[in-house]
Amino acid sequence: MSVDEKTVRRIAHLARIAVTDEEVGPLGAELNTILAFVEQLGMVDVSGVEPMTSVLPMAMKKREDAVTDGGRADAVVANAPETEDNYFLVPKVVE
Amino acid sequence: MNAPVDPKKLIKGGLHDWEVVIGMEIHAQVTSKAKLFSGASTAFGGEPNDHVSLVDAAMPGMLPVINQECVAQAVRTGLGLKAKINLRSVFDRKNYFYPDLPQGYQISQYKDPIVGEGEVLVDMLDGTSFTVGIERLHLEQDAGKSLHDQDPTRSFVDLNRSGVALMEIVSRPDLRSSEEAKAYVTKLRTILRYLGTCDGDMEKGSLRADVNVSVRRPGEPLGTRCEIKNVNSIRFIGQAIETEARRQIAILEDGGKIDQETRLFDPGKGETRSMRSKEEAHDYRYFPDPDLLPLEFDQAFVDSLAEGLPELPDAKKARFVKDFGLSPYDAGVLVAERASADYYEAVAKGRDGKAAANWVINELFGRLNKEGLGIEETPVSADQLGTIVDLIGEGVISGKIAKDLFEIVWAEGGDPRAVVEARGMKQVTDTGAIEAAVDDIIAKNPDKVAQAKEKPTLLGWFVGQTMKATGGKANPAAVNALLKAKLGIE
Amino acid sequence: MDAPPAHRDLRRVSSPNELTLADARDALKAKTLSARELTQAHLDAMAKARSLNAYLLETPERALAMADKADSKIAAGEARPLEGIPLGIKDLFCTDGVETTAGSKILKGFEPHYESAVSANLWRDGAVMLGKLNLDEFAMGSSNETSAFGNVISPWRRKGSEAPLVPGGSSGGSAAAVAARLCLGATATDTGGSIRQPAAFTGTVGIKPTYGRCSRWGTVAFASSLDQAGPIARTVRDCAILLTSMSGPDPRDTTCADLAVPDFETSVGRGVKGLTIGIPKEYRVDGMPAEIQKLWDEGAAWLKAAGATIKEISLPHTSYALPAYYIVAPAEASSNLARYDGVRYGLRVPGKDIAGMYENTRAAGFGREVKRRIMIGTYVLSAGYYDAYYVRAQKIRTLIKRDFEAAYADGVDAILTPATPSAAFGIGEKANADPVEMYLNDVFTVTVNMAGLPGIAVPAGFDSQGLPLGLQLIGRPFDEETLFAAAQVIEDSAGRTVLPAAWWA
Ligand SMILES: [Mg+2]
Ligand SMILES: [Zn+2]
Repeated sequence: MSVDEKTVRRIAHLARIAVTDEEVGPLGAELNTILAFVEQLGMVDVSGVEPMTSVLPMAMKKREDAVTDGGRADAVVANAPETEDNYFLVPKVVE
Repeated sequence: MNAPVDPKKLIKGGLHDWEVVIGMEIHAQVTSKAKLFSGASTAFGGEPNDHVSLVDAAMPGMLPVINQECVAQAVRTGLGLKAKINLRSVFDRKNYFYPDLPQGYQISQYKDPIVGEGEVLVDMLDGTSFTVGIERLHLEQDAGKSLHDQDPTRSFVDLNRSGVALMEIVSRPDLRSSEEAKAYVTKLRTILRYLGTCDGDMEKGSLRADVNVSVRRPGEPLGTRCEIKNVNSIRFIGQAIETEARRQIAILEDGGKIDQETRLFDPGKGETRSMRSKEEAHDYRYFPDPDLLPLEFDQAFVDSLAEGLPELPDAKKARFVKDFGLSPYDAGVLVAERASADYYEAVAKGRDGKAAANWVINELFGRLNKEGLGIEETPVSADQLGTIVDLIGEGVISGKIAKDLFEIVWAEGGDPRAVVEARGMKQVTDTGAIEAAVDDIIAKNPDKVAQAKEKPTLLGWFVGQTMKATGGKANPAAVNALLKAKLGIE
Repeated sequence: MDAPPAHRDLRRVSSPNELTLADARDALKAKTLSARELTQAHLDAMAKARSLNAYLLETPERALAMADKADSKIAAGEARPLEGIPLGIKDLFCTDGVETTAGSKILKGFEPHYESAVSANLWRDGAVMLGKLNLDEFAMGSSNETSAFGNVISPWRRKGSEAPLVPGGSSGGSAAAVAARLCLGATATDTGGSIRQPAAFTGTVGIKPTYGRCSRWGTVAFASSLDQAGPIARTVRDCAILLTSMSGPDPRDTTCADLAVPDFETSVGRGVKGLTIGIPKEYRVDGMPAEIQKLWDEGAAWLKAAGATIKEISLPHTSYALPAYYIVAPAEASSNLARYDGVRYGLRVPGKDIAGMYENTRAAGFGREVKRRIMIGTYVLSAGYYDAYYVRAQKIRTLIKRDFEAAYADGVDAILTPATPSAAFGIGEKANADPVEMYLNDVFTVTVNMAGLPGIAVPAGFDSQGLPLGLQLIGRPFDEETLFAAAQVIEDSAGRTVLPAAWWA
């Protein structure tokens, strides 16, 4: 499988990364190099093999249903580029 | 699969009759104190970003830890839907960018949900019932809220809801009319409220529906569907379906084609419209969330939750029919809310179940509806209403007086027995007093007495006059017997 | 009052920052050295070593305040395990009120209101924070050349050359600072080799513990199922001391094991008598330099001489680990890095609408290697490719893990391999190489992450140009103790690496 320029642009948009026209070509070439490298995985017989979901067997820890957090809106928005009244502000979203 | 099509459910188009096919995805907010993966509060409202932990705000390095009560609530719900509980399920990430989705992905369950196939029995007003298949139920995070009308160029983002646990309950496309769809949501809401797993408060967004609508000519394969997102009242669900079905029919009868898309119902304009912004380049890139291990529990955990389940509406209804001799309709009305059913049972205990049902449904519910009150707010307790039913049964008061008594207790409270005593509301069974009144009426109305011999229905008029003369307190049976004898009516 | 007798190790070194962590600890305890003196010596060394660019941020006030507190604790007889020990913190660990950048422009200026679990554990035990260490951007790299804030220069140079060398990556700042005696030890993280490879390049010791040994809470995520924190220090013992403090259960990280942490230091001198060490034949890769093969053979001989049985083993899926890694790690990263969107923290670059803001912010905020990996990750997860790439890679991971399980079931206690396929290279030397060539640096280390196992890199010799080379030991899950025991044998046999004189100062 190899990616063309259209695919590079589609993937970049999906990943929300702006790419210039000059970047598309080299980026595509790099992606193709990596994809060619991983192509060898196709040789492995994986029939009947479970994909790994957790690297070591353990039971998932759970929390009690208790309110232990919140009440710190100041800290939540402290690093935000733009805020008002503890809301995060973003360019207007048209629905 | 192809059940015969009920012609009553078909929609008449300009050219043909059409069958509407509906499936629903209900998002039900899990009743819990804290969020699905953080310790922040789920309380409704709050100052902006106040019910937000660093996890909910997706600060770098923050990790989700699952709330075990949310897991238990999902299992309880699954049990209530008679569904398969999956002892192993997996949380996946659904990746997309949106300002109220701080992580850039929603943690959801895609391939392996916690609950598999189940069913909901839905009763219609006409007494018929049908089954809706449940495809799955999965746990997922709610998103935050964007406010778009605070500023001309900015949207305001509040993450208070971000990370609140939702159960997405997906039905099969088993619904064939807006009435059925509304009845299904109503019933599902009832079950959730019985279970205590979702408060069902649609005004606060605790229950929202994505409605999938398609139309077809009867007997034909399924048509292309449109998904109407986030409909937040049962009435709007009905309207949205009607509107959307007619839109699709109009297109098809014009020779057009339905585009599969996401639409929004605008109740103000009474139309659905395309949400193109959400349509663009959907590729959610689901994969198992590597921050979370698979969710596993044993059958013993499920069994212990099953033991703690309350009696559910279907079982309760069947019991009311069997034990109290109620009609299925009345039993259905009573079990619609757990609190109503409990109230009824308290009234019916040790009394005539039918009489109790009449009083609860006709008098109490009627009055509560008129005042816009819920059963929890009733000024007449089950004890008080039970005493009123007793007083009728004992012949102390007549049914008519009982209605006055109910009004007094509603407005002023008090022990109904004492009220009857204090206000002299007991019915008169003393035949002497009744006889005097009867004699007086006969004496004053010789013409009517003469007619009564030919026209026995005039008896009713005499009864009415007698009751009036006795202030309604005369025992109706005694009045009847006396009048018949004196008027010579067989 | 007479001055206290100088501690024996202080006589051997010119300045307290040249001490090993264990010796410094003992000197502090013996009160032959104060935490303030020790910290000040490091701050002075750091000030003279800025050309190495190992620290992104120095925190001298905080360091001295922590040192003073340590001195009062020691005076009160309340010394904790790391009381007064000055450490550097890789800038991937969030530090409360101290800028944390992950080596990326997109997080420039970000000040967390929380402390990572690992660093908090160190402060709990009395350690002193000197500053934040440089790294490859979001820990993606093997040479520290992807940092948005400049390369780290290795303290090592080839014999007779002044060409600047890479310290390895992604924990390049950590390894360089430890090797240059700019801290007694450092925190690091390892997703595909990012502790062990830079340790090997700089003649230091680095251990990636078992996945789940250290909490990931508060550490900026790269690839969640592979990331694991660990220490880099100048001796095996120092690593053992640090790991004991860094690791431990954490209810905030679901993937962190609820296992009690042994005192790893006690296993350091335990030896390898009676242990079986596996030599995996698949690591004898084509074109392996003779000096690497020689080093490996030597390592096996040392372990054998110390009483271990050496056994050739087979890990048949080894060669698939690296390609599978370059699917799994970018896939997870593409999702983990979606939160850097200019809304809640970090860089924001305006755009014509919200999508434009996202795209411009991420285009300007992420460097080339990070973008490349996000793109690959997005591609392999996208509709139609998920099964062919991601699911297949995760299946291969299962096979890789099974290979190890089979070896361990067969009586192998630990596995010996080279740590890297070569010694450190020059800065910019691989600038024109294709990305895969750079990725090959991790060929020996990445299998360990894929299987979640512990691995330690320990210096074992030098290449012909005088650059350090390391060996790697791979252990059973949660058996870091055997690794410390075996690594100590290698350290003893090879002789502690003499670190370069401070040419930079
Ligand atoms: Mg949906
Ligand atoms: Zn959903």
